[in-house]
Parts: sequence; C-alpha cells; structure tokens
Amino acid sequence: MQFLQIHEPGETPLPHEQERGLAVGIDLGTTNSVVAIARQGKTEVIRDAAGSALVPSVVAYGEDGVVRVGEAARRELEYQPETVVSSIKRLMGRGAEDVKTLGGTLPYELGPPAEGGMVRLKIGERVVSPVEVSADILRTLKDRTEIALGQNVDRAVITVPAYFDDAARTATRDAARLAGLEVLRLVNEPTAAALAYGLDSGSEGLYAIYDLGGGTFDFSLLRLEKGVFQVLATGGDAALGGDDFDHAIAERFFKERGGTVSADDTKQMLMVAREAKETLSEQPTWSARIAIGDVQSSHTLDRATLESVIAPWLDRTLTICRGVLEDAGVEPAALGGIVLVGGSTRTLLVRRKVAEFFGREPLADINPDEVVAVGAALQAEALTAGSDTLLLDVTPLSLGLETMGGLVEKIIDRNTPIPVAKAQEFTTYQDGQTAMAIHVVQGEREMVDQCRSLGRFELHGIPPMVAGAARIRVSFAVDADGLLTVSAQEKTTGVEAGIAVKPSYGLSEDEMAEMLRASIDNAREDMDRRLLAEARVEARRAVNAVSSALVADGDLLNAVERGAIDQAVAAVEKAISGNDRDAIGASVEVLEQATQQFAERRMDRGIRAALAGRHVDQLR
Amino acid sequence: MTGSGAGAPASCWSCAGPVDAALPFCPTCRAVQPPRPLDHFARLGLPVDFALNIAELDRRYFALQRQLHPDRFATKTARERAISQSQAVSLNEAYEALKDPLERAIYLLKIKGVDANPDGCHTVKDPTLLMEQMERREALMEASTPSAIEALAREAASHVSESEAAIAAAFAAGDLDGAGRETTRLKYLVKLLEEARARKARLTAERSSAA
Repeated sequence: MQFLQIHEPGETPLPHEQERGLAVGIDLGTTNSVVAIARQGKTEVIRDAAGSALVPSVVAYGEDGVVRVGEAARRELEYQPETVVSSIKRLMGRGAEDVKTLGGTLPYELGPPAEGGMVRLKIGERVVSPVEVSADILRTLKDRTEIALGQNVDRAVITVPAYFDDAARTATRDAARLAGLEVLRLVNEPTAAALAYGLDSGSEGLYAIYDLGGGTFDFSLLRLEKGVFQVLATGGDAALGGDDFDHAIAERFFKERGGTVSADDTKQMLMVAREAKETLSEQPTWSARIAIGDVQSSHTLDRATLESVIAPWLDRTLTICRGVLEDAGVEPAALGGIVLVGGSTRTLLVRRKVAEFFGREPLADINPDEVVAVGAALQAEALTAGSDTLLLDVTPLSLGLETMGGLVEKIIDRNTPIPVAKAQEFTTYQDGQTAMAIHVVQGEREMVDQCRSLGRFELHGIPPMVAGAARIRVSFAVDADGLLTVSAQEKTTGVEAGIAVKPSYGLSEDEMAEMLRASIDNAREDMDRRLLAEARVEARRAVNAVSSALVADGDLLNAVERGAIDQAVAAVEKAISGNDRDAIGASVEVLEQATQQFAERRMDRGIRAALAGRHVDQLR
Repeated sequence: MTGSGAGAPASCWSCAGPVDAALPFCPTCRAVQPPRPLDHFARLGLPVDFALNIAELDRRYFALQRQLHPDRFATKTARERAISQSQAVSLNEAYEALKDPLERAIYLLKIKGVDANPDGCHTVKDPTLLMEQMERREALMEASTPSAIEALAREAASHVSESEAAIAAAFAAGDLDGAGRETTRLKYLVKLLEEARARKARLTAERSSAA
C-alpha cells in the first residue's frame, strides 16, 4: 500500500472521478439560449431530439404552478400569453426606475419592486424578478444537458454582452447560483465568439466581432497572438437588437389594422413580426392573415420595406463600430477579419451594411447562433482541465464617483484590462465632517445623472478635522468576471473604516438566501458538495506542498521526524478519500503542526544560503 | 528599502520554505506568491528605460499573464485564486503604465524623482507652449467639417510622434529637465488629439443620423 504519493511539484493528482460534475458553456441569450461542452478541445452543442440547439429564453408560469421553459413556454404564448415571460435579459440588473425609460411597449405587467429597487414582474398571482426568471431558464438548460450527457453538471462559463454593466453581470451570477450552477467565469459574448473562431482557424492579427443578438449589440476589437486573445476595445448598446426590429414591424402592423392594443396582443404580434422578419431573410415577400384578440387582419411586408424600417438601428450599430475603432486607433483596413455573431446577423441588410462599412465580406462560417456557446465551452474546459489559451478582457464602461456639483470623477477608464484595482484620494469639504457619501457610477458622460448609478454607501467614523485635512482613499477593484467592489477608508489618523458595495439592483445576501431556501430543494446539498470539494482542494494543496518540501529538503529530518510527517500526510490522504469535511480540515491542521519545525529548519537553510551566496563579507 | 531580490528570502505561504522575493512562484512547491513591491519595469523584466520595444513588452506581459492570470487558478484554493488576482492586477498596472509613451514618460520621471505635473491642472511656466496650445485649440473649435478636423488630427498625431522622439532623446542624454518639459508638452498634444478624434466622431455621427 502506498502511503505517500509523490507528484511533480505544482501538479495535483487528478480529481476523483465523479467528485465534480461537468463544466459547460452557456450562452444565455435574449431570445434563445444554447449549451455546449468541450472535451479534449472537441466541442459539442447540446441538441434536443429534433436536432435543435436553441432553447427559447421563454418561461411560462402556469396557473397550475407548473413552470415551463423553452418551446413549451413559447407555445403558451398563443393560449395564455399573460403567463409568459420572454426577453427577460433586457431587464437583468435594472431598477424599476430604469425600466420606465426603456422605451417601447414592454410586454410585461410590472409588480412591486424588490427591496433593493430591482424590477419585478407580475405574472398572474406570482411576482418574479428577472433573476428568478433567468434562473428558471438556466435550471432547464442544466437539466436538459444532464439528461443528454448522463452526467451531473454543476459548473458553467456563462456569457454576457461585453456591454453589460456591473448590475446586469451580478444579476446573471445570482441567477446561476439560484439554478445550482457555480459560475466559473462570466465571459463576454464577443470574446467567446473570438475564442471559437481563433482556435478553429489558428488565426493571428486584429479581428473585429460584430455581435447583434435579440436584445443587445456588442462590438469588440481583439488581437489574436499565439493563443492569447487580447481585447483592445469594446463598445455596444445593451438595449439594441433584433427585438427592436420586431417591435418596429409589430407597430407597423398595429397601425395598419387600428384599434387598441393590450400587452397580450403585443406579445402575439411580436411573434408574427419575428416570423415575417425571418421569412424575409429567405424570401423577397411575406404575407399572412392573423387573428389577435377579436380582430382579424391581413398584412404583407416586402424586403425593401423591412430594410427601410430597420435601417436606423443598423446605422446606430455602425456608429458604435466607428467609435471603437477610433478609440483603438485602428483603420478598418488593418483588420484581419470581421466576424458576425448573433441570430440577428442573419438579416440580409445587416450583412450588406457590415460588408460595406468594413470594405470586405464578413466571416460567418460558424453558426452565429451557436458560436458563443462553443467559445464558452472551450473556456470552461480551459478553466477546469487547463489550456494554453488566455483571454485578456477589458472593462466596457468607465467607473467613477460622484463629486461636487454632480460631476463624475473617473477612477477606471473604459477599455482598461481586467482584473484591475485603482484608488484615489478625496477629502472633506466641511470642518468637522465625520461622514462622507460615496456614489458609484458607470458610464462615459461627465454628469452623474447621465451615467448609470451602481450604488451608494456612506463612510462613517471620519475623525473631526478641518475641511480638506482628511484623506479618504476610495478603492475600486474589478475582478476577471468584470465585477466591481468599492471600498473606502480614512487614512490620516490610522482610523480605518471600510465597506464594500454591492450594486443597487443586485440581490442582497438575505434575499439570495431566502430565494435559495424557497426555490431549490437541493441547495443545501449543492452547497455541502461544493464545500467538501473546496476542502479537498485545500488538503491536496497542503499535501502537495509538504511532498515538494520533502523532496527538496528531506535531509533535514531524522528517521523519527520523517516518520511523524509521513504519518500526518497519510492521515490527510485518508481524510480526502472520505466525505467528512471537518475531518479533512482537522487532518490538514495536524499536518501543519507536524511540519512546523521542518519549516523553520528550511527557512534557516534558505537564509544561510542567501547570505552565503550574496553577502559573504557581511556575515557578521 | 533595499533592492528587490537581495537580502533574506521570504517564506512561502504554502510550504513555508524560503522563496526569493522577486519570484512569482515558490521554487519548491510551485505555489503562486503574492506580488512584491517592484517597479513596473522590474515586474515585467525590462530595463528601466524610456526607449522600449513594444513587441518585447507584449511578449513578456503575455508570458507572465499566461502563468499568473486568475483563469489559470479556477480550480485552485481560494487563497491561490486571490493571490493570482493581485498578481494579474499588478501586471496589468505595469503594462498599462509602460505601453503608452506618455504614461511611461510620467512614470519614469516619477521614479527618477521628477514630478511631471501629471494632473495638468497646475500652471504651465512655458509661455511658448501655452500660446502654441491655445492656437491649436482655437483652430480645432473653428473647424466645422470632418475633413478639416481630420487634417488637424493628422497634424496633432505627427506632433505627438515628434514629441515622443524628443522625450526619448532627452532621457537617453540624461536630461531629466528636458524630458520633463517635453512630457508636459506631450500631455497637451495627446489631449488635443483625443479632442480632435472625439469631435470628428460626433460630427460624423450627427451627419450620418441626419442623412
């Protein structure tokens, strides 16, 4: 029997089979969602029995209490439109106040906002938040994938529009947590698409990704070099997409037939509009006789009319492209290629306009509906199994603070590589001031009211001083997921007070805990499994460290001392193979005590070596 | 403070053994180490010099991020994930400061003990510079067509390149005062160039939406 496994330093033994579930890539889209998995660099898109990869991002909350997601929910649109929610992604991370300014007829009835101001929808008797609706979609995707692959799925890379602000990212993360998925990383959709393309073709150079989905537009400029995907600049509009085309077409049809319009009529007309739009990508004309509510009407639409209806939105996307290129100081001619992503790029006018603007035919050889999920799957594999590729992403929007007069002081500029941490000092403006309000905003404009408010908090306990004497250091940190943490402290007197801020429209920890309790039966089990896995990772790290130390400096120990350490290591190995988290933790502690003296001798040796090597003449 | 790398080694948080302060990984157990206080050049393994090969900067930055980026630690312990994040933050900070010639000049002056007036809000003592900048700004405000602005932007861009060359020459000659003066000038030129680009973008956008 082998007590002590020796590994190469830095290498952990393979995790136990079945210990963790599979890690997948999920494109959680406005209109449709897609799941893919990568194994040994080979990707597979999860399909239903009919071969379709697209799961409509639609949820129906039946009066019978049954929640239907996907095609089944979309069918309900015809019979019980009042129970159906679609395009929820547009409301992720939004406050009740923002939604009023979203424009267009929202096909939802709004409920009372949540405690933190997050918008909520009223569906029959139920009141649901966008986070919960998204969690229902994610849960269905998880279940579907587990059935298709016959294995547990518990971790995912989820894609978000590059232009998603902090609140929307946090909301997406919260939704995954509710659905029992650990988010390995939030990856920007264009970056994921680039990953799928770049790895496929081994391309190098500058690439632009034009991503027009159902509800969002993103444009990113990337440099591909030897497996590194470096995002240089990104821009977009979180509320511009194929949905807008549908709304414009639906409005046209409503005008044609006259009469009043209810929210349910809108939902049905939007479906008709979408069908018309999609047909016109294949055929020059479309016509249909439709019955919505009590009114029957006939409509026709030809391609030229459709194109004149949607052209203003496409011009907006090209203005954004121009701005991003100028930000990066890149001419369209310098690009190695332009990649089309998102279902809305199937519209012929999109292809034509993009080709005209960039002076070349765009690439669309990977299915634009599936390419983002494929890239996410590759990243999920890279994160869990290791990889040579590396994604270096940026902040899409500037982050700053409100200062005197409603002006914004930018702390982190847009297009800064992440992770990033920056700090700035502020001071008090009144004698004896003991508190300071800190208002965190995101956006490019100079005035606070034109930027998006992410959160407010107050720093208390500033010692009373004359105005301008206090030194308040405000720190911003953005992690690799693009999530922001802000803290503040007063530095002159050594009195430190700090607080981390969560965006206003995320869920509070309490709300999250409540939802987890209420909505997931196996949340506790999920949590326990995760904590056990983390304890094992930590224990392996400790065994690994000791093993490496023994290989390097084992000669510092006599046989008895060595025996004691080997025994402690064996005890940790034994605990790892069991399922008792506390036993694993305790065995690691024993190991640390058993190696304390060994560590001291190693440090002594290291210091002696350093002195002998570098400063012999200074020995005494 | 003594120079990095010299003196007593630090102790590895994971295996408790000795580790040279400049190394990002423990030589014994390979655990990632917290970033040490290094200057941006040292962090990327580059000589302290304004004349910098951008391709070399990229190469070193990519190589280090490949090892230290949080994506490499997704399945590691919470502590290793946190350490890798601070390493990646330090690398990004160094990269951003060195990549851009203006930022690099300001940083280099700072570590050499010269304040290049980085906020731009202090008085400019050089009246020639002030006049030159005021004239250019007026010209920009008066330009009303994208092509006129484009011409001004091109002119500003060529002044920027000249200024960068002058800064490089001053640093190479050890003339810190000269480098400082020229850096202040570069700051104005870069700002002017940015404004010209922004104004052109606004004008183009207005025209395309009016069309």
